[in-house]
Amino acid sequence: MKSPDKIVTHCFHCGEECKSEHVFVYDKHFCCSGCKLVYEILQENELCTYYSLNQTPGNNANIQVRTDKFSFLDNAEIQQKIIQFTDGKQTHVTFYLPQIHCSSCLWLLENIYKINDAIVASTVNFSTKEVFIIYDNQKTTLRKVVETLTSVGYEPHLSLQEINTKPTTFSNKTKLYKIGIAGFCFANIMMMSAPEYFVTDSVLEGGIKQVLRLFIIIFSLPVVFYCASEFFVSAWNGIKTKYLNIDVPIALAILITYGRSLYDFFYGNGMGYFDSMSGIVFFMLIGRYLQDKTYQSISFDRDYQSFFPIAVNVLKENKLVPTSIDQVQKGDTIQVYNQELIPVDGILSKGTATIDYSFVSGESLPVSKNIGEIIYAGGKQTSGMIELLVVKAVSQSYLTNLWNKSVFKNKAPKNNSYIDALSKYFTILVLLIAIVAAAFWYSKSEYTLMWNAVSTVLIVACPCTLLLAATYTNGNILNIFNKNKFYLRHAEVIESLSKINYIVFDKTGTLTRNTEVQVSYSGKSFSDDEKQAIASMAQQSAHPLSKAIIQYFNLQSIDKIKDFKETSGKGIEGWINEHYFKIGSHDFVFNENTNSTNNNSSVFVKIDKEYYGQFSIKNQYRFGFNELMSKLKSTYPIAVLSGDNDAERKNLEKILGQDADILFSQKPEDKLAYINYLQESKHRKVLMVGDGLNDAGALKQSDVGIAISENSNNFSPACDGILEAVQFSNLNKFVQLAKHTQHIILICFVFSFIYNVIGLSFAVQGILSPFIAAILMPCSSISIVILTYLLTHYYSKKIKLTNYDKSHIFQ
Amino acid sequence: MSVMIIMLIGSLIISGAFLIAFIWNVKDNQYDDDYSPAQRILFDNDNKEEEKTSK
Repeated sequence: MKSPDKIVTHCFHCGEECKSEHVFVYDKHFCCSGCKLVYEILQENELCTYYSLNQTPGNNANIQVRTDKFSFLDNAEIQQKIIQFTDGKQTHVTFYLPQIHCSSCLWLLENIYKINDAIVASTVNFSTKEVFIIYDNQKTTLRKVVETLTSVGYEPHLSLQEINTKPTTFSNKTKLYKIGIAGFCFANIMMMSAPEYFVTDSVLEGGIKQVLRLFIIIFSLPVVFYCASEFFVSAWNGIKTKYLNIDVPIALAILITYGRSLYDFFYGNGMGYFDSMSGIVFFMLIGRYLQDKTYQSISFDRDYQSFFPIAVNVLKENKLVPTSIDQVQKGDTIQVYNQELIPVDGILSKGTATIDYSFVSGESLPVSKNIGEIIYAGGKQTSGMIELLVVKAVSQSYLTNLWNKSVFKNKAPKNNSYIDALSKYFTILVLLIAIVAAAFWYSKSEYTLMWNAVSTVLIVACPCTLLLAATYTNGNILNIFNKNKFYLRHAEVIESLSKINYIVFDKTGTLTRNTEVQVSYSGKSFSDDEKQAIASMAQQSAHPLSKAIIQYFNLQSIDKIKDFKETSGKGIEGWINEHYFKIGSHDFVFNENTNSTNNNSSVFVKIDKEYYGQFSIKNQYRFGFNELMSKLKSTYPIAVLSGDNDAERKNLEKILGQDADILFSQKPEDKLAYINYLQESKHRKVLMVGDGLNDAGALKQSDVGIAISENSNNFSPACDGILEAVQFSNLNKFVQLAKHTQHIILICFVFSFIYNVIGLSFAVQGILSPFIAAILMPCSSISIVILTYLLTHYYSKKIKLTNYDKSHIFQ
Repeated sequence: MSVMIIMLIGSLIISGAFLIAFIWNVKDNQYDDDYSPAQRILFDNDNKEEEKTSK
């Protein structure tokens, strides 16, 4: 019997689908009471503009934050580490809020004083996702401020990494100063050169010509000595290490142009090429700026410290004392609460432990632990509060050791960029042309023409256009990737990405979704009453598998249960309406003791001693997974490395084919070893896509390591790029575009070559005047800028990689 | 022709003023966050002043 079509409603606050915890109040739908609570807070304080600025701007508030979670902020020592400034009246503090993603967030955070009037001022820096708060420390405390922020859905991310490392204020500022000054000088020099180009000598009387030229020289000084300094520095570093990067010929070209121009001015009564030179410097600086712009709100270098909380509750003489995490010692007893991270290795001493290790080891389903068993740091507790007896301090835990292994630290040095290689050939070609021209004029004994020819050849055939083509293209491509929620660490990753010929995926969390599970049932079908009864039973249990069952049945009303009993980690039983239900693991339901190592994802059901069937619960594969695999399979060999058990082997083999390497139960070291094997024995360039700490080593070792992130609250290990989970199915398009980038650069370069040829034809004859140079150089620069823009957007449209969603920057 | 010198100096002063303004802006972190200022203008200035006086 088909159930009537369900109307899918979405939560007014966060936009997610309303399922079993649906609440309908104030004429609005909410997916859970958490979202409703946030709405009520905003409503009371007249902050509903939050909802009118953007649709569903909130974050899902399903997971309630424990009331005492921030009690450690009352500790003065910990406060010291977080606060930026304090005096008798005010305190300044900056919080990182990864949930910031739209203008509603901005509005709400800057109006937060309406909820807590002790907050004097709050300013948001959107690009770094930080809020700077000034509060009156006589009227409120740091803890209350954090609680206020959390109550509206913006829980600050407080972690060891933020506190221990000084924030690296990478400033694009010096670049901007240089661009500003270069632009100013370039424009003015051009303006002052114009008279001499267009007006004959007789009209320019007096010392005007000299005055203009003098000004030109003065303006060229900051360009060469300040703005172009980075080219000289980089070229010098290159020469010192015997690695000729593209800055070497550029620096040479600038020097020769400047030298020749000065010579012309003082001895030759000529104008020099100051305008061309400053124009080139200006355009190149802009190109570099576009390419090197970093995303300040995303960190590609998070390590385990950003993963852990700052403090835990330690049980000292029956009192809970919030202690800074690096002061927790062996022998302490700590409390870890529901949905919170286990920060240290410890032995379970109280409570029901169901630990989700998916981030650390890749196991897809939570693991039950008994009292007396050791629980390793890094997992998330999912079934209530537990107490642990600490066996190792934070810095000694298994996780930290894993992270700090030297093999995970060293990244192989980057290969030579293709641009640098091209520039080498280009320089040789240009030198050859110069030598040939010199020889030609020398043989004709035209010495002045010879010097003219040589110097102007070296001026005109500047590899600056190559640099422009590369930097502007990279900048445009990074921008397009950014808009499609694919963030690369720097432009060199594009090139590495274009060279790969082998793709490796992690399974849990990368190919599968972290949050959704798939429930399938095989066996005797249930009547509606039975369905409701089973769901009601599952409702009573805190185990994550029970939650999956509730989702499957879409519980409407709850039956009353008599004699409900839960055997932790095994199953539940009870009486409903005179029927006896037993639901749980195989051993539990059949009263056996086989202790099978069967994977934990099957739930068996027995009603009144009759075995009905079993539920299989699996993580759901990401949307578009099948299509993506079939597209990638045709071009690249694919492998899957999983830390999980091999329950999915058949499925994956069906999709990937029999020859693909599909390995299970992989430890982090095994993954790393596999990548090494691919690189060394098979000489492959590997792209690794992963998400958890267990992929950390492999991500570092591979030629390109990409981390999948489901929301900004998930932190990814150190990687070369971050791909948001919603765009996972477009992975093949990103790789394709990276390949096209190299073509685009080449096309632009060839195009610029036309200008070079024209210029060279004048230069070898020794008749390249400053006027011609002044026209050629800016023209070629601007045309390249336009061409790269058109080509990058043409290619991205061609592979259908258009903008994803403009209003969300990093959701 | 001396008029040209005056014009030259004049234009240099004006463009110099722009350059100084630009450098000042960069120093003041104006370009750090290019999203917020655009949005802030569009927000309604809720009668904070009125509330303060009525309290």
